[in-house]
Amino acid sequence: MNAKEIFDSLKAELGDGIIELVEEQHVEPFIVVSADTILEASLVLRDEPQFLFDYMVNLSGVDAKDSFVVVYHLYSMKHKHRIVLKVILSDRENPTIPSVERVWKTANWHEREAFDMFGIIFDGHPNLIRILSPYDWEGYPLRKDYKTPETYKGLKVPY
Amino acid sequence: MSEIKTFEIDFGKVHSERMRLNVGPQHPSTHGVLRLEVELEGEIVTEVVPHIGYLHRCFEKHAENMTYPQVIPYIDRMDYIAAMNNELPYVMGMEKLLDIKVNERIEYIRVICAELNRIANHQLAVATFGLDSGAFTPFLFLFRDREMIITLFERLSGGRLLYNYFWIGGLMHEVPPNFEEDCRAIIKQVRATNAETMNLLIYNKIFIERTANVGILPADVAVNFACSGPVIRGSGVPYDIRKTEPYSIYDRFDFNVCVGRGEVGTVGDCWDRNIVRMEEMEESCKIIEQALEQMPKEPCDVREFVPKRIKPPKGEFYSKAENPKGELGFYIISDGGLKPTRVRSRATSFVNLSVLPEISKGYMVADLIMILGSLDIVLGEIDR
Amino acid sequence: MEMEHTNFVYDLIGTNTIAYILLALLPMLFLLPYALVAILGELKISAWIQERLGPMRTGWKGVLQPLAEVVKLLQKEDITPSAVNKPLFNLAPFVMFAGAYAAYAVIPFSSVFIPSGINIGLFYVFAVSAFGVIAIVMGGWASNNKYSLLGAMRAASQMISYEIPIAVTILAIATLAGSLDMQTIIVKQGGGFWNWNLFGGPGGIAKLWVIPFTIILFVVYFVGSLAEINRVPFDIPEGESEIVAGYHTEYSGMKFAMFFFAEYSNMFIVSAIITVLFLGGWQSPFGDFLNGPIWQSLWFVSKAMIFVFMQIWIRWTLPRLRVDQLMHVTWKVMLPISFVAFFAVALWAMLSV
Repeated sequence: MNAKEIFDSLKAELGDGIIELVEEQHVEPFIVVSADTILEASLVLRDEPQFLFDYMVNLSGVDAKDSFVVVYHLYSMKHKHRIVLKVILSDRENPTIPSVERVWKTANWHEREAFDMFGIIFDGHPNLIRILSPYDWEGYPLRKDYKTPETYKGLKVPY
Repeated sequence: MSEIKTFEIDFGKVHSERMRLNVGPQHPSTHGVLRLEVELEGEIVTEVVPHIGYLHRCFEKHAENMTYPQVIPYIDRMDYIAAMNNELPYVMGMEKLLDIKVNERIEYIRVICAELNRIANHQLAVATFGLDSGAFTPFLFLFRDREMIITLFERLSGGRLLYNYFWIGGLMHEVPPNFEEDCRAIIKQVRATNAETMNLLIYNKIFIERTANVGILPADVAVNFACSGPVIRGSGVPYDIRKTEPYSIYDRFDFNVCVGRGEVGTVGDCWDRNIVRMEEMEESCKIIEQALEQMPKEPCDVREFVPKRIKPPKGEFYSKAENPKGELGFYIISDGGLKPTRVRSRATSFVNLSVLPEISKGYMVADLIMILGSLDIVLGEIDR
Repeated sequence: MEMEHTNFVYDLIGTNTIAYILLALLPMLFLLPYALVAILGELKISAWIQERLGPMRTGWKGVLQPLAEVVKLLQKEDITPSAVNKPLFNLAPFVMFAGAYAAYAVIPFSSVFIPSGINIGLFYVFAVSAFGVIAIVMGGWASNNKYSLLGAMRAASQMISYEIPIAVTILAIATLAGSLDMQTIIVKQGGGFWNWNLFGGPGGIAKLWVIPFTIILFVVYFVGSLAEINRVPFDIPEGESEIVAGYHTEYSGMKFAMFFFAEYSNMFIVSAIITVLFLGGWQSPFGDFLNGPIWQSLWFVSKAMIFVFMQIWIRWTLPRLRVDQLMHVTWKVMLPISFVAFFAVALWAMLSV
């Protein structure tokens, strides 16, 4: 199935939660999904026989300056098709999105990393703690407005 | 007869408890600075909590402050065992975004380098896996051969570990003279040593006892955890991007996707993951032989298509390639400037390691080390 | 059956205190050069197996490398970590070495030289070898390190388990020889290699049926001895890829060297015992040919060194077993086999009296 077909059948199933399909030059076609629908959409995409996206390749957090974006790259082992989902979180103060950890176990560490780097809260994640930074690190390093702290536990950081 | 006395033994404060053991960050077989917090019941592992990040070098943050070609040396330093393979998806993706079509010979050289590096990586993986099980001799045999490949790469690029050889739109240099003969010599040597390793290590009774039926990763769990490379193929899932979605010129070669068959144990055990690596070395040899046959013999200007100024259009792409350890992907967002907005790497070992807590429960400490070794992780890639 | 043993030290200076002290020190004269040779052997044989050169810089072809290593270990700082149980921690290496050295008291180097000709030599060796277990558990526990503790626990279970098949083997040979005395066992095997216990001991053509069983006993003893001294493939107490260095993780400098020295010393002891039990000890393989006292010690040491070489060879070839597999091998494989062989040999001993 190509992106258009996936979008159409997903839209038919879930309605307004599936916002739009973006097809531009130099961009892989992606489907924008609202944050409330993402868990439902994931389950549908994983389990419905025409999709069977059983393999979550990647989950990335992206800082789009005015909002945060969570990008899901999905792949189906059976149908060998790919799709990209995007969830745009416009609330920069408190970006919250349901966790898809129980759909794809691999999301566990990816979501922890997105939390670590962007401070995106994944609701329902079993163990949402920092993964790459020290557990007591302050701030979210990959945010565009992140300022490197002067010191960490008395050590000068920009050495 | 004296009367029978009954004794009551006071065991006092004798009680048993589970022991929490830190395996790492400094430990002989964590393959880097990985810390595993292990809970033990005697010697049985009841819980494993990996703590990573000791080698975090902020690759993604760095990449946002670099121009596109400057990112490549950082990519080398992710999976430093297979740097050539790391460069490939990034370079291919950038070329797609910039609409550059490199010429045939460059593609062939890239494939040969990538496959040679795949052999080098698998040699290291099998060697250290053997070392984890206590076999020291195969380790040195395989390292001796890996040295040949590294020496060849040194002549190509000047670096022994970190090459920066693939450039966006070309290569750093044309290959040195005798490149073809050297490659053939390496293949010959690799095959000889692999045959020896098969006898000495892989089909050794003790080695089979140690690895068969240990750390079984069922196919559905492997897919759900998005494992890739020899880890998922060891579970019997024939997922190899070179075959399923051929990139570069991989559709021109005849090679097999090796999968675990449960030859001595259950499908998806440590032995299967290891044998997949052994067999893939042979497949890589076949690819290199075919590539050497088909490659245009005339040297070309390898920097002919290298753009003077790399300024891709606004866009984003996810570029992937089959790394020796699995699927390595780069999700790159460009805003039309000289520097990427975001470079997200789908690090293979990061994903593969996340399955460890799932498959190591109920085994012994010694098995935990074997399972970790069979996943073939590189901490440089996990922590980035 | 008691035999009077001649001892050249007593012959020279009589039975007095000086003779006892001299006898106690004589094995050390052998042990020190032996350890250097064994360490060099380990380095060079491993290099040979692995197609490399090994140490080449110290002396001719690196022959002085073991000396350099001893000097290095002597110079190292003797670290006692602050959290350890100091008395036990410091005592453990000495207990280990004392156990290893005590066994030399009954090693018969020649017909005229055995430091102590006690009539229960085999039993004695068996008893003092248990010192090693105590030392390892002491060191492992006192180190206050989880890896050391794991290593010590593994070592204790392993060494105690493997003593049982070894004991059965020794019992079988004692039945065959009718004695626990080292010299008596060796003397009984005189008259050419055909009379060695490996080939059923002395006896006519009727002994042919017992030869397979003695060979089984020989193999059981050899495998058990590897486990007894924690060599590959049974080196799980110090399995470096799993539990760092096991019971000697926290040791450094001279105290580590004591453990190291004891290991090499133990390698020779088990090889010497296997020589006594199965290969006729100091007996020449060709009957009375080249069977003088000096030749005897040469035969004895070279026979034992073959086994030391085999231990090194196995170490650089095989991977390591796991704890439960190790226990499986002892209790479910080696023990029944050794019992069967023991009954066969005992039957033969009864019939041939």
